[in-house]
Amino acid sequence: MPGYLLIQSRDPMEGGGESFDELARSLASAKSGPVTLFLVENAVLPARKSAASARLAELAKSGVEILADEFALRERGISRDRLIPEVKPAAIDAAVDRMVEGRKTLWN
Amino acid sequence: MSKQHLNFLLMDAPYEQARTTTGFRMIDAALRKGHDVTVFCYEGAVALAFAKQVPHANAVHGRDAAQEDHPNPKDWVAALLDLAQEKGSKLTWIQCGLCVDERGVGEAVAGTVRGSPADFHKAVEAANNTIVIPTR
Repeated sequence: MPGYLLIQSRDPMEGGGESFDELARSLASAKSGPVTLFLVENAVLPARKSAASARLAELAKSGVEILADEFALRERGISRDRLIPEVKPAAIDAAVDRMVEGRKTLWN
Repeated sequence: MSKQHLNFLLMDAPYEQARTTTGFRMIDAALRKGHDVTVFCYEGAVALAFAKQVPHANAVHGRDAAQEDHPNPKDWVAALLDLAQEKGSKLTWIQCGLCVDERGVGEAVAGTVRGSPADFHKAVEAANNTIVIPTR
């Protein structure tokens, strides 16, 4: 503890998300506290089972907690039953709670 | 969890990016949980609280201003300031003065204050945590 909160706002299909994923993976492997990747806005799109979701599943296996903003999911018509099991829907409060815990917080 | 102090830096101008909405939602959630919040508006984000924003009609869709119900972020800023008061939290909304002057948006909603990047540094030092929501 306290760990890290990485807020991802970019759809990987737009580019620019790979290095952030890599950062999450390396922080998790360093075991210097819990790591949460919080998906907001278009970053929730690969949380649906798709060609782009494998990367998230791999990240989860490396120990990264992956949450998807339920508001962003609703905006995009993505229901919970379409999410890959490695991604959990969460209210934006979950991001605030992790900030309150003292997680180092980065936005991409 | 006891009252904490969270610090947000916003940079995007109004009406442009979803990042602003997400940032506002996080600020709203923090205030609802009873935490104190500092917001430092830098660059285009200083226009979020510009008091002269006006709702407009939509001639293409044949709607007047009331029917269009166009959201203005100055009202969201005012609502967050009201929410803080209701929850017994402190919301300090700082407008970067040089950014304000560059853009001519000096008239901000009541409750905001003018400051400088040095005030952001002070808020970083004082807060329990900070998030910077940058432009791309």
